[in-house]
Amino acid sequence: MPAEGANRVTIEAPPQEPAQRHDTGGVRVERVSRTFAAKGSVVHALADVSLRAAPGEIVTVVGPSGCGKTTLLELICGLQRPDAGTVTSAPAALMPQRDLLLPWLTAVDNAALALRARGMGRDDARVTAAPWLERFGLAGFEQARPAALSGGMRQRVSFLRSLLAGKPVLALDEPFAALDALTRAEMQGWLGHVLATEPRTVVLVTHDVEEAVVLGDRVIVLSPRPGRVVRELEVTLARPRKRTDPELVALRERVLQALGVTE
Amino acid sequence: MISWFRVAPGLWAQFGWRTLLVVAMLLGAWELYVDLGGADPLILPPPHAVAQSLYDDRGLLWSNFLVTAEEVLLGIMVAVVAALALASAMHFSPTLRGAFYPILIASQTVPIPMLAPVLVLWLGFGILPKLVVVALVSFFSIVVTTLAGFAAVDPDLIKLMRTFDMPRRRVFWSVELPSALPGVFTGTKIAVIVAVIGAVFAEQAGANSGLGYLFEQSIPQLLTARAYAAVVVLSVFAIVLFALLTLAERLTLPWAYRPTGDPQA
Repeated sequence: MPAEGANRVTIEAPPQEPAQRHDTGGVRVERVSRTFAAKGSVVHALADVSLRAAPGEIVTVVGPSGCGKTTLLELICGLQRPDAGTVTSAPAALMPQRDLLLPWLTAVDNAALALRARGMGRDDARVTAAPWLERFGLAGFEQARPAALSGGMRQRVSFLRSLLAGKPVLALDEPFAALDALTRAEMQGWLGHVLATEPRTVVLVTHDVEEAVVLGDRVIVLSPRPGRVVRELEVTLARPRKRTDPELVALRERVLQALGVTE
Repeated sequence: MISWFRVAPGLWAQFGWRTLLVVAMLLGAWELYVDLGGADPLILPPPHAVAQSLYDDRGLLWSNFLVTAEEVLLGIMVAVVAALALASAMHFSPTLRGAFYPILIASQTVPIPMLAPVLVLWLGFGILPKLVVVALVSFFSIVVTTLAGFAAVDPDLIKLMRTFDMPRRRVFWSVELPSALPGVFTGTKIAVIVAVIGAVFAEQAGANSGLGYLFEQSIPQLLTARAYAAVVVLSVFAIVLFALLTLAERLTLPWAYRPTGDPQA
């Protein structure tokens, strides 16, 4: 039967030993390389990448499309293993680019999914998640299914779901890339605010340079495939940050330069 | 909650007046053809004679309908349960999948009119061989569409659940099975149509009641209008089952129903 396995969803068995050594809530990626075999050719996703995120730090990783950003997050979440190098991370929850909400569940049940995953009862999970929905500006939409929510609302439910997983590290994969520009700017401000009140160690990958500079304590610039670190910038500007702040604009230019964009 | 009243008009719009118009035109042409001497009314009864038989033989048709309906409904239920179990097992185990897929396809190539008499020899004249035949013809489409439903689950969603430490078993019950349910409905809707045909073959192979049996008995007695009436009852039964399944799907899985999508999805 040709191509039988082509469209099957395979789920790897959970790794026998813990994929990561638990640290103090931070992330350490050291000299990591990752290669994929794809249709006869070999794709080098990451080459000798190192990065660190101290506990509570927000590290943004910016790079062109296909520079292995998603691979990096999956390594941090323990969904993949590096071919070389080591990944050390506290337990991490992913927040995907697409909201991936379950269409048959209400907003509150979607948000509570990570709680249910850990075995919490349905009612307890709802009671725990409900006040968060209100904090996230979703009051009145608790019983709405995803189809009835706007893109920004869905991303907020998705973020809440990952936040409630209760892990010290959040791996955000281009969380606002699918939103329109206005909503995206709004959501970036919102995320900065939430993380100020609910600190987590965050690794956020994006191809939006402004997003990287507005949100990050540190910005790491990756090269095109195979992704390597070409620049690392500290962002010491006070929060909340203004997009029009000349210092921020200057930083943005430096990141763009590092990416090889010259104006 | 979506009420019956909001869904039923949608069904009517989907199957309604256009179909009735076409049926009326076909019946009119048929009536005219027989009335104008195109065929002997004893060989090809005109629609009004079939309608007359539907009324005159209503008791006989009803009692035999109940027998066939029981065979079809029970057979479909057996098929749904078995298909869900097998599709789940095949989804979990590539080995089982590889082993069973060719057998599944082979099961559909078995000519039911040849198999039915052999099953009657083996299993007797009761309901059992009918259930086997109905389940056998219904099973395949349900397994295939359910497997497609499982395969359509986004791999990224499974990864996400893993970062939430959701146990594999729970991923199946909370994520994969609900995702596959629309596929189960699609397969069952296809299955009810062939299930009715399967029941008739099984009855003709050996039975003393049922619409297939009634049909078989009516032809040698030249009660052709009654034979046609039995066919009409069978067809209406299949259509009603299909419509009820469509309705049940929209009521139980409102999230999967896209008003602008194709009716089969």
